[in-house]
Amino acid sequence: MRIESRQQFDTAVAAARDTRLSKGREVWVCCGTGCLANGSKAVAQAFDDRIREDGLQASLGLYHKTTGCHGFCERGPLVVIQPEGLLYTRVRVSDVPEILDRTVRNGEVIPRLLYKDPATRQSYAKYDEIPFYKHQIRVSMRNIGRIDPEDLDDALAHGAYAGLAKALFQMTPDQVIAEIEASGLRGRGGAGFVTARKWKACRKARGDRKFVLCNGDEGDPGAFKDRSIMEGDPHGVLEGMIIGAYAIGAHEGYLYVRDEYPLAVVNVQKAIEAARERGLLGTNILGTGFAFDLRISRGGGAFVCGESSALMRSIEGRTGEPRAKYVHASDKGLFDLPTNLNNVETWADVGAIIVNGGAWFAGWGTERSKGTKAFSLVGKVKNTGLIELPMGTTLRHILYDIGGGMLKDRPFKAVQTGGPSGGCLPADKLDLPVDYEILSENGSMMGSGGMIVMDDRTCMVDVARYFLKFLSEESCGKCVPCREGLKQMLLIFDDIVSGRGKTGDVERIERLCQGMQLGSLCELGKSAPNPVLSTLRYFRAEYEAHVGRKACPAGMCRDLTAYEIVQESCTGCHQCPKVCPTEAISGGAKMKHVIDQAKCISCGACFDVCPEDCIRFFPRAEAKEAAHANADH
Amino acid sequence: MGDAMSGYSCVDHGLVDAILERYPREEPSLIQVLQDVQRAYNFLPCEVLTRVSRELGVPLSKVFSVATFYKAFSLTPQGRVIIKVCTGTACHIRGAPLLIEEVQRRLGILPGGTTEDAAFSLHTVNCVGACAMAPVVIVGDKYLGNAKAAGLAAHLTRGE
Repeated sequence: MRIESRQQFDTAVAAARDTRLSKGREVWVCCGTGCLANGSKAVAQAFDDRIREDGLQASLGLYHKTTGCHGFCERGPLVVIQPEGLLYTRVRVSDVPEILDRTVRNGEVIPRLLYKDPATRQSYAKYDEIPFYKHQIRVSMRNIGRIDPEDLDDALAHGAYAGLAKALFQMTPDQVIAEIEASGLRGRGGAGFVTARKWKACRKARGDRKFVLCNGDEGDPGAFKDRSIMEGDPHGVLEGMIIGAYAIGAHEGYLYVRDEYPLAVVNVQKAIEAARERGLLGTNILGTGFAFDLRISRGGGAFVCGESSALMRSIEGRTGEPRAKYVHASDKGLFDLPTNLNNVETWADVGAIIVNGGAWFAGWGTERSKGTKAFSLVGKVKNTGLIELPMGTTLRHILYDIGGGMLKDRPFKAVQTGGPSGGCLPADKLDLPVDYEILSENGSMMGSGGMIVMDDRTCMVDVARYFLKFLSEESCGKCVPCREGLKQMLLIFDDIVSGRGKTGDVERIERLCQGMQLGSLCELGKSAPNPVLSTLRYFRAEYEAHVGRKACPAGMCRDLTAYEIVQESCTGCHQCPKVCPTEAISGGAKMKHVIDQAKCISCGACFDVCPEDCIRFFPRAEAKEAAHANADH
Repeated sequence: MGDAMSGYSCVDHGLVDAILERYPREEPSLIQVLQDVQRAYNFLPCEVLTRVSRELGVPLSKVFSVATFYKAFSLTPQGRVIIKVCTGTACHIRGAPLLIEEVQRRLGILPGGTTEDAAFSLHTVNCVGACAMAPVVIVGDKYLGNAKAAGLAAHLTRGE
């Protein structure tokens, strides 16, 4: 039924609370992309079948549902039992009857399924006591994992669209903008432009036809917060966009979603349809006379389309080539009409800010960066997943208290933030509080909030080369400094990692970087040198080792590295021959193993699997020298 | 190869008609139309592109420009099962290069290639946003998290 007044809205929310919030227990099964990959669909189905068969819904007042991503993807499939807030990890179909019998019926905890801290071996029963969750403050992710993204009533029961109702019934557009201004909200897509200023400019722009867009083209490799938000709480994004459209005076909008996020496309589409049906989108929203409608535009798999002007060209059905920024999107954006574009997370913050007030949001954060920020914590860290924290949290706190420390307890080397436009920060920067300015001042940037943790087995020259390769494939090719600069730099890097590096290469790279920063048209090209420059700034010795000694200190550049098994410590456990892709390791079980250097491709698979740490790597150049020395004798 | 190539000469126009019905006949519909075409035919057949160009009133050169700009499109027929190896940063540092090599070796195709019997195509993708389970391989629509080279063989068999 369409909601057509404040009173009807309140009634709808009360009704939703009545049906969706159980007085008894609730079972939430996570069905985010991560948990789905681990088999959560079958787990959800098993709950569904079993609950229906036994008539538990009626007898226990049980309510069960599937939710979006809880962020703790490592441990999926995840099941949460409410009201206790129990978190069960790695749940299998075979665990379902036991969970229903023991926990749901009798309130017993099943210790086997609880999360155990890998460092302390301590078990945690409650969701919010687990270190991974304990330190988090969730604003943009407030409803992810708590609501069924396909059920608008469940979203209403958990507070969705309360901000929209407040904005439309109690506030003028200028008051809405003032509230956003007071919150200090800045663009969560990475550049950190002040949201209220953008909205004001677009509101002032001449013309009756204006657009409100959402950038869901989260292209930074290693970042997935926007995917999780769109999948897990699409209504939070829609609510923000409708409020924004009201403030700006726009009646049309597009949500640009990456083609690589199929579940996000489906969930957002369903949310749009449900919202339209209930009168939250379309003509005469909530009976106020305000009209705004929204369409999805699926991306085509081009990184550059995350750039605002390229994104708009892509919605127009053209190739995603950026244009110069002296034309502001607020005046001439999509179809050359005034346009306001914000990131998924930015939009998801808006509804909560309107409900709780700008001062509430600005209560977190640093001098210049207010509020909370979502990050995806991934790479060589124990607890990988999605987190949201106040701005100004230190990298060390994120990595050790939330991330649980380094994977396999190997030494920390760097954390990469900001994707291909960002950089790598070394160990002595771990105590920096994370905000827009501090990351930029130190040669990295906020970007989409990806944090990729690297250990001593990550080669920083290889990481820089990885981003160059990525960007050279993704450069749209419109301007020369970006198109050719990346290509030439990549050729030099190819030489360096394969042992053909020459004196002067590093300086040549630096000059190319400078040229690209000065001469590129859009931010993709201007910021492309960042991964190179930051690794040069903090890990120059690694470059010098590659060029001068033809050695890769991390042992990851294959042409420079050789492996051998230290005979004294080999126990003959026979793990390494099983993973060797070229059958280069000889020796039966309980016998000393030997690597045949002629067959070995230096992939390092044996090194990673050896339980006794008895595989050693060393520069290939040394092996050659030794062979020469032997031949001379 | 016969099966896949024959799609070239006898395109089922019913599919294009249905797709064109969904969108206004104008340039902004181009990418959405091509996405549906790609999904329906598993690639963008030349005949269909000519048809799309005519129906939407977009020059054929522009249609090709868009079709070759975006990674989601391919001008050659794809295998029945598409294998995507994620090469996002987290996947890269947790061993994606080894996985690409393993698929290459087992199927005898390079990224972007299709096996001769049109059973598999191999692609690398920039990031599928499943970084917490890195490295990730997607076989068809099945996500394999924390993938290991040694474990891939089981997913690359042709029996069905």
